[in-house]
Amino acid sequence: MIPARNLEIAVLVLGMLVLLFEAFVERIDKRTLAFAAIGALTVVLIGTWFLEPGPALESATGFWSFYTADPLSIFFKRFALLTTIVVLVMMIDYAPVLRSSAGATSQSGLGEFFALPIFTCAGLMYIVSAIDFVMIFVSIELVTISFYVLVSFTRRNPTTLEAGVKYLVLSALSTAFLVYGITWIFGVTGETNLQRITTAFANPEIERGGALFGAVLVLVGLGFKIAAVPFQIWVPDVYQGAPTPVTAYLSVGSKAAGFVVLVRVLRPFMMLPQMERLLVLIALLTVIYGNLAALPQSNLKRLLAYSSIAHAGYLLIGVACLAGSAVIFYLVAYLLMTLLSFAVLIVVAQRAGEQISDFDGLAKRSPFLAFAMLIAMVSLAGVPFTAGFFGKFFIFYAAIAQRQTVLVVAGVVTVACGFYYYLKVVRAMYWQVPTSEEKIPVNALSRATMSALIVATIWLGIYPWPILEALKR
Amino acid sequence: MLLFIIFCPIIAAIAILAGAPARRTALLASVFTFVVALLAFALFEKSPGGFQDVHSFTISADWGLNFAVGLDGLSLIMVLLAAIVTLAAVWFTGKIDKYENAFYACLLLISGGAIGAFASLDLFFFYAFHELALIPTFLLIGIWGSGNRSAAAWKITIYLALGSFILLIGLILLYQSVPVASRSFDIRALQAAAATGQIGAEAQRHVYLLLLVGFGILVSLFPFHSWAPEAYASAPAPAAMLHAGVLKKFGLYGLLRLAVPLLPEGARHWTSLLVVLLLGNIIYIGLVTIAQKRLDWMLGYSSVMHMGYIFLGIASANILGTSGAAILMFAHGLSIALLFAVAGEVRKRTDTLLFDDLGGLGKVMPFAGLAFGLGAFAAIGLPGFLNFASEAMIFFGAFQNGWEIERFHIFQLATVLGLWGVVVSAVYMLRAYRKVFMGTLGARCNNLVDLDGSLRLPITLLVAALLWFGFFPQSFVRIVAPAFQTYFSDNRPP
Repeated sequence: MIPARNLEIAVLVLGMLVLLFEAFVERIDKRTLAFAAIGALTVVLIGTWFLEPGPALESATGFWSFYTADPLSIFFKRFALLTTIVVLVMMIDYAPVLRSSAGATSQSGLGEFFALPIFTCAGLMYIVSAIDFVMIFVSIELVTISFYVLVSFTRRNPTTLEAGVKYLVLSALSTAFLVYGITWIFGVTGETNLQRITTAFANPEIERGGALFGAVLVLVGLGFKIAAVPFQIWVPDVYQGAPTPVTAYLSVGSKAAGFVVLVRVLRPFMMLPQMERLLVLIALLTVIYGNLAALPQSNLKRLLAYSSIAHAGYLLIGVACLAGSAVIFYLVAYLLMTLLSFAVLIVVAQRAGEQISDFDGLAKRSPFLAFAMLIAMVSLAGVPFTAGFFGKFFIFYAAIAQRQTVLVVAGVVTVACGFYYYLKVVRAMYWQVPTSEEKIPVNALSRATMSALIVATIWLGIYPWPILEALKR
Repeated sequence: MLLFIIFCPIIAAIAILAGAPARRTALLASVFTFVVALLAFALFEKSPGGFQDVHSFTISADWGLNFAVGLDGLSLIMVLLAAIVTLAAVWFTGKIDKYENAFYACLLLISGGAIGAFASLDLFFFYAFHELALIPTFLLIGIWGSGNRSAAAWKITIYLALGSFILLIGLILLYQSVPVASRSFDIRALQAAAATGQIGAEAQRHVYLLLLVGFGILVSLFPFHSWAPEAYASAPAPAAMLHAGVLKKFGLYGLLRLAVPLLPEGARHWTSLLVVLLLGNIIYIGLVTIAQKRLDWMLGYSSVMHMGYIFLGIASANILGTSGAAILMFAHGLSIALLFAVAGEVRKRTDTLLFDDLGGLGKVMPFAGLAFGLGAFAAIGLPGFLNFASEAMIFFGAFQNGWEIERFHIFQLATVLGLWGVVVSAVYMLRAYRKVFMGTLGARCNNLVDLDGSLRLPITLLVAALLWFGFFPQSFVRIVAPAFQTYFSDNRPP
């Protein structure tokens, strides 16, 4: 049995080792580092099934009042590890692009490119375990700072640089909101631990207005991380400009962590009725904006950026309806289908480009990639027998049970919108004439990863109950 | 046996995608499906109501979700219809230029999805199987369609996606309207709950409206019909045959399977709305059909119009009317598939379906003319075809319904108005026949070859089924009527 905190320590040590090798070993092909990191993260992933249980939340003291190892956090530690592994696979595919950027030598910076996601991964693993505002803040910063570097990694490319600066400025701003909100909550309750804040709220003499103000500020800060309207302005530019594996990581890893924090943080505040109304409003704006803005896009990366806003909206519907397990299932489905679509995008973008028109006739050039993208798109759209359908099913189930009529109506209409823009990609692949007949090769590791993601997407679309069972325990 | 009928097309589709020889595998699978479906029909025990050949596998005990399939009279004839039309459609598919394997796989997926939906005893799989056919439809129209295929493919896909998500909301609401203890996705359990009055009247009204709109969009109920003619005009003939003949019936089947037994109070509450809308289908769309200038659009609109009769049967809420509706679903599926098949062949040979460009085809393509004529007669509802028997049942059933508002017999009025639809459909069908097959030979119509032997077989199959059951409709009535007997005990069985 392994104590839970050793997982993060192992991941951090792994990241430092990769950095050391990068600095002192010059002769090797740096991609070996990525393969080694994938192997080591897989070991850590297996390790998550052999954890010592931590103490209960109520009786936790010392370290355990900052950090929990409840089923939710362990589930999301696996989620973070899995995402990081897939992102590293994508990064290996993406390495030629780094090498080809102007003024770069064949190996420059590759090792760092592989080391940074490992630190992000450690940050994500801390976030999902954090049950104290201080811990939440510190771990969010660990994630964000490594993302600053990753987003602007191909810094000689002006769009990437623009993306990096936008992400830096707006992220810093959101952090400021978060900290300010935390200080208000601390000022009212005198606590930073979420459990003790809940207890403090039971006291009728508490200053409700101040707490509400703090909670709203925290919501603003987290809204930036999960790309909820009206805090989504940075998303399209940053997603489009960042290196594609980083975009995938941003849209899956950082969003998932944001939602776990949101679910944990909101628990004490949901007893305030204003909070629920505010969440419903944000969810409504987010689904509508994300889906409508995605309609006219012609760049696939930008399309996926807007689609990630739209999915944040569906997730917020789940949060507003207090459906924790529906949100978590949706996140898992979102992880599978988004990573799958980005994995295909990276391979295709190197041969053709990122525009949807570059996917024309992909079914002729590479039937496997086209099929993988088809599965990703129909799952994102929410067709049955894919994971995305069950995600929407559980969200709508919760919304109907809570009688949130407005949210249900907005959800249904926007789902129909989604069919249009996701199937636009399918149309390009299957019935447009290809601009070139050249075949697109896929290496064995990517092919295996994509196949695994396809199988998982369809399997969860037929039999989603293992995920729900895993959460119950 | 039933599991074989459901999974045979789906497994064949996967095999074809994996590289099996497309046409041979598809044909083999649809022949097998057809033979086994006939066998199921022959072995079906007529006397008792309830479901036969039931298979059930638990998926989640907490949610009351099972993979459960079974047949009663209603689903049996729908499965039989799907098997016959699939066989005809696959047979009719000629040489495909691009992605031949994908074409056959899409056809078989539509068929498997439809059969699965008809046989499901579980709300969830009932819904999911139908959705399985959505993406293949999109691809069939988009890749292999003709004319303005892109617009048609978008329209049908977004319309149907919207309709099915509205339906999904209705189904979830239905599931939640049962008390927690007896919640289940199983249709039989829901029927038991409804029989003991566990579904409240207000919930019934909400659910029925959602189901009516959701299913209505899928069946092209007026005013949600505009996707249908465009999609059928653009779709390749086998796809139009399968969609108009089989898949579209899913919505009507759903109303008969769910709304009639589970939501009688909801149905009563919305009857007047439904009657107005279905008259829109019969009268308004009937007149629109007369105005069409192209054969494929005319057929598309005529299939929308005939849905009105089936809705009238469902609305009449007695054994005679609902049985008639169920049988008309079968008959209409066969006749519209026949008409689309002939129209597809005409388009292949002449490259046009404009009435003005065609004419005199009966001289050069006598067999096609005969087949289209028989299909048209069936669609009009001439005696001898199954359509006549079922439409007669619907009209009698509707007239029998004595429901009145302020001494105003809404159903008798609707029946009288609906009867004019028969005249309307005679006008457009005979007019189309005259313009396409009679008169002087059109400019592009020289040197055409008639349908050869291999295409005559599926046409003979469709016509034979229409005539056989048309002369012996009682064999269907005996099977279908028990499925409704429990819900309308106040009516005499026909």
